[in-house]
Amino acid sequence: MSTYPLLSLAIWIPIFAGLVVLTTGGDRNAPLARMISLVGAVAAFLITIPLWVGFDVANGGMQFVELSSWIPRFNINYHLGVDGISMLFVVLNAFITIIVVAAGWEVIQNKVAQYNAAFLIMSGLMNGIFTSLDGVLFYVFFEASLIPLYLIIGVWGGPNRVYAAFKFFLYTLFGSLLFLIALMYLFIQSGGSFSILEWHKLPIALGPQIWLFLAFMIAFAVKVPMWPVHTWLPDAHVEAPTGGSIVLAAIALKLGAYGFLRFSLPILPDASHELSGLVIALSLIAVVYIGFVALVQEDMKKLVAYSSIAHMGFVTLGFFMFSAMGIEGALVQMVSHGFVSGAMFFCIGVMYDRVHSRQIADYGGVVNKMPKFAALFMLFTMANAGLPATSGFVGEFMVILGAVKFNFWVAFAAASSMVIGAAYSLWMYKRVVFGDVANHHVEELSDINMREFAILGVLAIATLWMGLYPQPFTEVMHASVNDLLRHVAISKIQ
Amino acid sequence: MFDNFVVPNLLPAAPEIFLTVMALAILMIDLLVKDSRRTVTFVLTQLTLIGCAAIQFATSTGEITYTFSNMFVDDLMSDLLKLFLYMTMLIVMFYSRGYIIDRESMNKGEYYVLALFATLGMMVMISANNFVTIYIGLELLSLSLYAMVAMNRDSVVSTEAAMKYFVLGALASGLLLYGMSMIYGATGTLEITGIAERLYGGGVNKSVMVFGLVFLVAGLAFKLGVVPFHMWIPDVYHGAPTSVTLLIGSAPKLAAFAIVMRLLVNGLITMAADWQAMLVILSVLSMAIGNLAAIAQTNLKRMLAYSAISHMGFMLLGIVTGVVSGDARYALNAYSSAMFYVIAYVLMSAGTFGMILLMSRAGFEAEEIDDYKGLNKRSPWFAGIMLMLMFSMAGVPFFIGFFAKFSVLQAVVAAGYMWLAIVAVLFSLIGAFYYLRVVKIMYFDAPVDDTPLVAPMDMRILISANGLAVAFLGIFPQVIMSLCAYALLRSL
Repeated sequence: MSTYPLLSLAIWIPIFAGLVVLTTGGDRNAPLARMISLVGAVAAFLITIPLWVGFDVANGGMQFVELSSWIPRFNINYHLGVDGISMLFVVLNAFITIIVVAAGWEVIQNKVAQYNAAFLIMSGLMNGIFTSLDGVLFYVFFEASLIPLYLIIGVWGGPNRVYAAFKFFLYTLFGSLLFLIALMYLFIQSGGSFSILEWHKLPIALGPQIWLFLAFMIAFAVKVPMWPVHTWLPDAHVEAPTGGSIVLAAIALKLGAYGFLRFSLPILPDASHELSGLVIALSLIAVVYIGFVALVQEDMKKLVAYSSIAHMGFVTLGFFMFSAMGIEGALVQMVSHGFVSGAMFFCIGVMYDRVHSRQIADYGGVVNKMPKFAALFMLFTMANAGLPATSGFVGEFMVILGAVKFNFWVAFAAASSMVIGAAYSLWMYKRVVFGDVANHHVEELSDINMREFAILGVLAIATLWMGLYPQPFTEVMHASVNDLLRHVAISKIQ
Repeated sequence: MFDNFVVPNLLPAAPEIFLTVMALAILMIDLLVKDSRRTVTFVLTQLTLIGCAAIQFATSTGEITYTFSNMFVDDLMSDLLKLFLYMTMLIVMFYSRGYIIDRESMNKGEYYVLALFATLGMMVMISANNFVTIYIGLELLSLSLYAMVAMNRDSVVSTEAAMKYFVLGALASGLLLYGMSMIYGATGTLEITGIAERLYGGGVNKSVMVFGLVFLVAGLAFKLGVVPFHMWIPDVYHGAPTSVTLLIGSAPKLAAFAIVMRLLVNGLITMAADWQAMLVILSVLSMAIGNLAAIAQTNLKRMLAYSAISHMGFMLLGIVTGVVSGDARYALNAYSSAMFYVIAYVLMSAGTFGMILLMSRAGFEAEEIDDYKGLNKRSPWFAGIMLMLMFSMAGVPFFIGFFAKFSVLQAVVAAGYMWLAIVAVLFSLIGAFYYLRVVKIMYFDAPVDDTPLVAPMDMRILISANGLAVAFLGIFPQVIMSLCAYALLRSL
């Protein structure tokens, strides 16, 4: 194992790069700011490669652990580590950051340095969330990551950006504040420890477990987001600039789901079993009902936002069936959704940059003018609908398989989403891309340039790779998922 | 004739004595200084504060020392609070300087001397071990502040604010005195440690004590500015010249915390159940009204006034969770959290009012929230500093405000007041809204005023340091946290 503090580097390199970018100042130095950002993002991604290579897949515990005292007064430690679950997200996050920097390359002309800095800093904070093994450290990263996203939506967003930014911030803050109290309760109960791994072993009676579970759930459900606390997401997505939407969909939504795996399931196994019905019910509502909501959207970004909620419903559904198949399927779905929804938002961004409209009705016959784009967009639409051979299929299929074992009707409801998903994705694609050229805006469209092609190409490779050969991904998570399931199976009530 | 006269130990009060001598000297020297050479007064004032800090360091023994017939106490808590007090006053005077130079009627030597006397008043409050000492300190502080509020004598708003402050402040002093006299009646002593002993001994008339306690708490609540005794805060913060608002809104919170500790914890700890019940109500009301009313404000100073009310309410949470059904196990944790909260708040408050001073210039007060429109375009650096201060006030990590809230909340949870913790975070959520609005104004809106900032360089550097300290101490809060805990451990 490596002796370098790789995880710290993965957190602090992007943050440091972000601060350096800020020093380039005004838009006169925009090209320099872009270059530094790209270098920072690539460097942060390169750091994750030894992480991936050096990762021992047979070990379900924490690896690359770093532990030093941070605030001894409350026994808070700077405690980092990755297991097979968080590993994937660190790499995904670093990868998406490069995409985001590239996506804003020509589009963002206003306050370029601040734009890129916000994304880099957020990327570092997100890595912090995925690697924290200390409750307070986790919380600090969790909440601090709201600041850059708030600014991204508010400064570079659409016409209704102020409303969306406030809604996003206050909604998520509300969830996380109750979570903070739950952390303090655990701190007191465990006799003064904020270590998540300690909490995994802490016996807690059922009553407090239920309360803690609900407090955790509010925090994570808002972030996932689960029905009925999802309403901030469509607003945030619609108003955010393309890069913001990509990060939001690809990484930020994963934080909530990750929280369920890191906190709710292993710390509160009994409450998780007790309340799994609730979570499954909410997840199915998200999958089916939100699927229908997506069907009637007029705005492309809103449609993809709602489809994200439906896809994340699959994730929470997979978690709370307590089977290896379900959880691994959910994790694959999370990573896949990172690629696919990121790509979908980028595709919409590509069209928006040219036409300045997100309304489906303003398009039609795009394929005539942008054939290369249409082909790639097709792939991602199919992946969004869960077509076999794309990454979208693998996760959904595994979750449905897990569900069949769990309960036939749950599986039935979940599987119906395959149909709904195909309906809203393909119908949107048909209205936007096929048919005759609808108006002079579409007439003037030019096909994607090299930069856009490269971004979509890389995402397409990732999507197909995961769809055709998911083995490397599931292999990484396998031992840790089994470890987690062992924790969940043991009752903590004494 | 002098047989009974013992020279008191002057050493514990050395900083106070030094400050008094210097303040009087500055008053004299200033007579010889022309208006254009006022820098001399300024430098002397700052040197005095630095000197006080040095003497404080040199004379600190770490032991609890009483002097002047037990009227005055010097312990680690007072040492620490006074050091922060000097630091805050130093910052306050730096920030104020440019502002008062631009406003002729304020650029007088008296401004500095009054500030020094206010400092002396606070020092006496912090070190008081007797009702009379507390009262003297309090009045010295209050009278200096009344005069300073009114110093901009051509301003109607300031004069009105000074009047209001004076009348309400006098009322509060009256309440406090009334409570003190009741307690004196019940216990037969004015000495705080003496009262604690009498109460331990028993045989004290409980109903008179409770009666007195109600007035005492009301008086303290007035000085802290918590609901329902908060009426003066918005008007005074708004009406006072901003440099004086900065003074009122920062350092006196340290002194108010100290007298709460002296009176309620040192003196009346046996009656904790009674005063905690009162303070819980005050605390919840302050968080509610402070945060809700702040949302409606368009004037930044008024908004910060309501935010101060809510912050003091939050700080009180640390005071009320010290004793749980007669068990003082959590006291140290709770009180040191409250102390950390006050120190953190003073740092943030100084920075925020400092920003208003930085944005102001001759003939222009940057006190409307809309004056900050598009600050990010005009000066990204100071917009960033203000952003940090606002998020810190809202309690978002990585800023010191988060750990201030964190430490108080954990004390609340440790004491088992889960509902109180939930109420507190819900009001913080409401509070986040108006801080976010300031950030929104600075970052999302286009500027309406393109005038470049004109503040002098020393002020720019200091305010940047202030903002960065909020971030730095948010990442490394351990030192101040453990200092607070240690100081209280040695003082209680």
